[in-house]
Amino acid sequence: MQLEENIPHHDNPRLIHINDPKKTNDKFGFSGNEIRTSKYTLLNFLPKNLFIQFHRVAYLYFLAIAALNQLPPLAVFGRTVSLFPLLFVLTVTAVKDGYEDWRRHRSDRNENNRETLVFQLNEFHPKRWKKIQAGEVVKISSDETIPCDMVLLGTNDSSGIAYIQTMNLDGESNLKTRYARQETNKLVLEGTTISGVVRCEQPNRNIYEFMANMELKGQRFPLSQSNIILRGCQLKNTEWAIGVVVYAGQDTKAMLNSAMSSSKRSRLETYMNRETIWLSVFLLIMCVVVALGMGLWLKRHETQLDTLPYYRKIYFQKGKEGKKYKYYGIPMETFFSLLSSIIVFQIMIPISLYITMELVRLGQSYFMIGDQHMYDSSSNSRFQCRSLNINEDLGQIRYVFSDKTGTLTENKMEFRKASIWGKNYDNSYPDADASLEAKDVTVDRRKWKLKSEITPDPELMKLLYKDLSGEEGVAAHEFFLTLASCNTVIPILTESSSSGCDGVLGGSPVSIDYQGESPDEQALVAAASAYGYTLFERTSGHIVIDVNGEKIRLEVLGLHEFDSVRKRMSVVIRFPNHTIKVLVKGADTSMFSILDNDRPAEDHIRHVTQVHLNDYSSEGLRTLVLASRNLTGEELAEWQHRYEDACTSLTDRSVKLRQTAALIECNLTLLGATAIEDKLQEGVPEAIESLRQAGIKVWILTGDKQETAISIGLSCRLLTADMNQIIINGNSENECRKLLCDAMAKYNVNSTSCSSQITKLRRKAEPDYLELPSQTKSSSMPQQCAGEEDTPNFGPLALIIDGNSLVYILERDLESELFDLATSCRVVLCCRVAPLQKAGIVDLIKGRTDEMTLAIGDGANDVSMIQMADVGVGICGQEGRQAVMASDFAMGQFRFLKRLLLVHGHWNYQRIGYLVLYNFYRNAVFVLMLFWYILCTAFSTTSALTDWSSVFYSVIYTSVPTIVVGVLDKNLSDKTLLKYPKLYAAGHRQESYNMSLFWITMVDTLWQSLVLFYVPLFNYRESTIDIWSMGSLWTIAVVILVNVHLAMDIQRWVFVTHLAIWGSIIVTYGCMVVLDSIPAFPNYGTIYHLVKSPAYWLSILLITVIGLLPRFIFKVFHQTFWPSDIQIAREGEILRRRRRRRHIGSKTDEVSS
Amino acid sequence: MNSGTPSSSAGAPGSAESAAPRRNSKRPKYSRFTQQELPACKPILTPKWVISAFLLVSVVFIPIGVVSLFASRDVVEIIDRYETECIPLDSRNNKTGFMWSNADKTCNRIITVTKHMKQPIYVYYQLDNFYQNHRRYVKSRSDQQLRNPGNERDISTCSPEDTTPEGLPIVPCGLIAWSMFNDTYSLSRNNQQLGINKRGISWQSDRDRKFGKGVFPKNFQNGTAPGGAKLNESIPLSEQEDLIVWMRTAALPTFRKLYGKIEVDLQAGDVINVTLQNNYNTYNFNGKKKLVLSTTSWLGGKNDFMGIAYLTVGGLCFCLAMGFMLIYLIKPRQLGDPSYLSWNRNPGGH
Repeated sequence: MQLEENIPHHDNPRLIHINDPKKTNDKFGFSGNEIRTSKYTLLNFLPKNLFIQFHRVAYLYFLAIAALNQLPPLAVFGRTVSLFPLLFVLTVTAVKDGYEDWRRHRSDRNENNRETLVFQLNEFHPKRWKKIQAGEVVKISSDETIPCDMVLLGTNDSSGIAYIQTMNLDGESNLKTRYARQETNKLVLEGTTISGVVRCEQPNRNIYEFMANMELKGQRFPLSQSNIILRGCQLKNTEWAIGVVVYAGQDTKAMLNSAMSSSKRSRLETYMNRETIWLSVFLLIMCVVVALGMGLWLKRHETQLDTLPYYRKIYFQKGKEGKKYKYYGIPMETFFSLLSSIIVFQIMIPISLYITMELVRLGQSYFMIGDQHMYDSSSNSRFQCRSLNINEDLGQIRYVFSDKTGTLTENKMEFRKASIWGKNYDNSYPDADASLEAKDVTVDRRKWKLKSEITPDPELMKLLYKDLSGEEGVAAHEFFLTLASCNTVIPILTESSSSGCDGVLGGSPVSIDYQGESPDEQALVAAASAYGYTLFERTSGHIVIDVNGEKIRLEVLGLHEFDSVRKRMSVVIRFPNHTIKVLVKGADTSMFSILDNDRPAEDHIRHVTQVHLNDYSSEGLRTLVLASRNLTGEELAEWQHRYEDACTSLTDRSVKLRQTAALIECNLTLLGATAIEDKLQEGVPEAIESLRQAGIKVWILTGDKQETAISIGLSCRLLTADMNQIIINGNSENECRKLLCDAMAKYNVNSTSCSSQITKLRRKAEPDYLELPSQTKSSSMPQQCAGEEDTPNFGPLALIIDGNSLVYILERDLESELFDLATSCRVVLCCRVAPLQKAGIVDLIKGRTDEMTLAIGDGANDVSMIQMADVGVGICGQEGRQAVMASDFAMGQFRFLKRLLLVHGHWNYQRIGYLVLYNFYRNAVFVLMLFWYILCTAFSTTSALTDWSSVFYSVIYTSVPTIVVGVLDKNLSDKTLLKYPKLYAAGHRQESYNMSLFWITMVDTLWQSLVLFYVPLFNYRESTIDIWSMGSLWTIAVVILVNVHLAMDIQRWVFVTHLAIWGSIIVTYGCMVVLDSIPAFPNYGTIYHLVKSPAYWLSILLITVIGLLPRFIFKVFHQTFWPSDIQIAREGEILRRRRRRRHIGSKTDEVSS
Repeated sequence: MNSGTPSSSAGAPGSAESAAPRRNSKRPKYSRFTQQELPACKPILTPKWVISAFLLVSVVFIPIGVVSLFASRDVVEIIDRYETECIPLDSRNNKTGFMWSNADKTCNRIITVTKHMKQPIYVYYQLDNFYQNHRRYVKSRSDQQLRNPGNERDISTCSPEDTTPEGLPIVPCGLIAWSMFNDTYSLSRNNQQLGINKRGISWQSDRDRKFGKGVFPKNFQNGTAPGGAKLNESIPLSEQEDLIVWMRTAALPTFRKLYGKIEVDLQAGDVINVTLQNNYNTYNFNGKKKLVLSTTSWLGGKNDFMGIAYLTVGGLCFCLAMGFMLIYLIKPRQLGDPSYLSWNRNPGGH
């Protein structure tokens, strides 16, 4: 990564003259604010599109074949005919690209024509976005979108604060603060026109960094990330803001960041490429046979060649007598014959398959996106397919790596419990009357409503409202004050227009929305509000808290923000009665050490709180500890001095601030602790259970504490009580090694170092291990329960490992031990892991097995993992869109993963697997048929089929049914697949596509091609059949044969399938009628003559039946004696439905009679 | 196979929610198509279906086989191979030389009719080892020129028989026309001439549209080496039926072409004298020449293949039907029985 240097030293700074766009753009010609996401214009569409298209190997192959065909000695097909397939795919792709680009053009146009206020001629006038230039001063009003990257000059706020929402940029919905420099803000508020120079770095895509300085009236001051607002963000909560454009149009960070994620290639496709090599070998063999045959034939007839009426290598005419006619000697003729046979057999390599697969995946994606069961109504998001290349990989996933927060849980924090002054309030006795009564108390006094409602604990309410005098009451009071004030949450008040019932007390009801960077803080503030401590207003200097209807204005003297070293935050507040307090909240580990230890009376409270904390975290709740202390005047003075010093310091500011914080964050009085629930998403335990039954191993990688991770594991049923937990949390390499080895020794896990073969053998022997029965299993399936084979004496294993140990393990050579241990465990939980470690773990599995991995997560910290895994799934959650942007698929809820894998993954895998095999067969049977015929034409690469028919075969005659079947066929209903998750193992076993299936298909292909060739040959030997009639018969026979073959394998006939299959045959006939109706072709009239002959029809029938008989017999035998799981489930599903229908039918019969 | 009825599912929640649509909701619209719930027919191979499929094939195929076999057996075919016998004994070691000489190539053959032949009796010539399907040969023609008198110079594909040495276009050009078969047969029975009708031996469509009525042979076989028959330059191509037949190039290296029709019955034991002009030179590539007299059936000429194939397949399918019936009786597997599922079949791994 490139390190940006500070701009003043930068070689080539970008100079922006404020309010002087002419001067700014004169010299450098910075790009205007017009954006273009479209790739093409009308003029360059054709050349550019062609250029991009020919980056694909497939098209180059087509082009090479077409070029080869243009050579005179090789002209196998007519010139135009040979170009047809290439032109066809080029046109289809170009139309698709063109349509997409047109849509981009349209959205660009909308974007470019939006208007905003720009300072021109001493006044702000609206101007179209595309006309805005760097150097201009722009005024943005509240809720407007920012048109380009600008340095803030001033806002309506005297401190120069502007709030922006960066949803479009990084997806985070909370508000971020940006500041205008005081120097400029003052000028702006005075209404002076600013003129100065901004020196900034060249445009780059780093949205989290900005380096510049500004020269204003000879004064130079630095600008940083906090001074810039970026295109695509929205101004919120700020009346207006004025800024100078520094980057416009394509230079903006938003545009520079709009690159697509890199594409992945599916597993099946790599296997397919392997088989394509086999097909190339076949192709080569056939071509060599033809070429050698040609050579030998010429050799044998060398002396006769001159007189053979059908060969004629010389001219007989006077003048040219003895001159050679298209004859270049035996070696050359052999070579040409090789090349021309490549042209004839070109479709042996199913290049068009790649295009077919793309279309099929497009269709599959359409159905995945349209699936109502994967629509999340809470976030109003559909399923998204961001990558179109790996649909079928979803059917073969073996490992799922899941993030916790936001993925398994909702990341909607909810305040659950509190421990105040050593007393636990958990609202555990939901006494309806009491809570109602308590509610009345609050509702009466409140003039606003909150978006989230928390039911307050009645006992605590009583404490707060009835006796505030006691020590306990004071603590509670301070507790909630701390909750309401010690945070960075910004309250946003909105006048709600017509909710009459709330406006009992006169004043218009106000609803408060809390915006903050951390969901925990939002939850705490909301909780405080529920108990009557409502944060009402926050500026940099004061906050207003509404305590039971009484507004208290607190002066904020200073605020130490949360940092990862201290793990706490504190705020210094002056109360209206001039007492000064430090309110602190932080993680338990960091708080207990700074409590006041001199007061033994509170030891008890501390002890009890600690117990409560342990209870909370074992329930999977997130905990925070609150404390406070009074400041004396001296302490305050010293602190204030140091604080101001630190705040203005340019070097080591954070260290100095930390030291300052230490001054006041000591000798604190414990107030209590909070417990926040990170709620599990709906359906997560069920989804995980199904995935596990399907033979998928679910690993959880989380940044949370070990206890929290284990408790979440328990609550989502990943961990069960009967599991043996192996916990690895070492602090050194040796410790980790020891822990690993001990665990392996204890549970008989063989490490690769000693007995790799055994492990391997065993792994092979039990490809899908058996699961213990669970309560979700359907009763109709008698389940033989069997213990884990791996660990017959210990029950299932669970591995819990923390980030610290992972550092030692992943960096040293302990990886293989970890791998062995982890793969023999049923569950793996990794806690306290950093984003890169997540990717490291995925890589560990990916590198050491052939199994497919899937990573699912929602936050920026999951991006590396999502990109590393074979399939990356993003959750559109609260933490922003980075994960979604990096993912291959995105969805709203974790539980959709079950449907995505078990249903769509299964279908897609079956479909694509069959599609590939069928396409291999379809092309090979045609080519082999041509090949046999060529052996009967003195190896002269004659094709009996007309040129057009040969070309149309793979493009028109047989292409549509494969696509339709690839998109619409399904072997099992979603209900069955969800009911028996184990059916997913078919993908693990590679049942739909493997080497042996390929070879079986090829043998079948050979047989069918022989039937195709020999039935007409025997039937028409020694007859008057002409070459075009024969070709016509073969064309229609092969089209019918491959379509009936497909029809035999279709599992679900819908109207469209019928249309495609029978339609294809009809279209083929149509094409042949048209081709045979053009008198210019030598084959004129053939089809009209043929259809009158019964022998023609009988031949077609015979070919179809004999060709497919072995396949049918094989299929029947296979299904009778070795039925696959899918087959049985399918029979069960269909027969059950039929029985039900019959049942219903008989009932209605009874009724009617 | 089994007709499907619409599967009823998940429609309810979808329609319920759409009753109160949220604005800008991205909820996918419910339709049977998008939810992949279209009414479908889902065939499975139940024993009943398997057995009936095999039985159906045998029931259809066996009668067809029988009928075809009878049809083929009804056809009477007389084949006379003459290419060697028609060369005088003294020239037999230099057949090509004989063919090139100006010697009289008349040859007499005697054919005995073995079985009653009903008219029309087709007269074919059969050539062997003649690759009319060779790529160099098949392409050497100009369909434009044959159709349209204006296109007589359209000869780019006809090389090496495209123009005369003077550069005049040959009509019809190309190797195919150049090498036209030119043996002639005249048949007599009991010294009585048997008329051979040479009209209507080519396809109607070829005569009407492909070979132009206004196109007359020009400069044809004027070169130093005539390859075959000459054409009467005053008759348009559309009436040169021998040419039209010849130009429909054969699919296989052994082929027959129609020479004419005899429109009287021939009785068993009839002796037919054939006087033929052995003009066509096949000796340089060991091509055989045969004269064939044959009646025809609805299925075509004498060829047992179709009948035998249909009978074999039909019989085989019948046996298979019986076999599967036995299998299903002896060792039935209940369809859809979950106890056959792999994870139920072998508990505990193996």
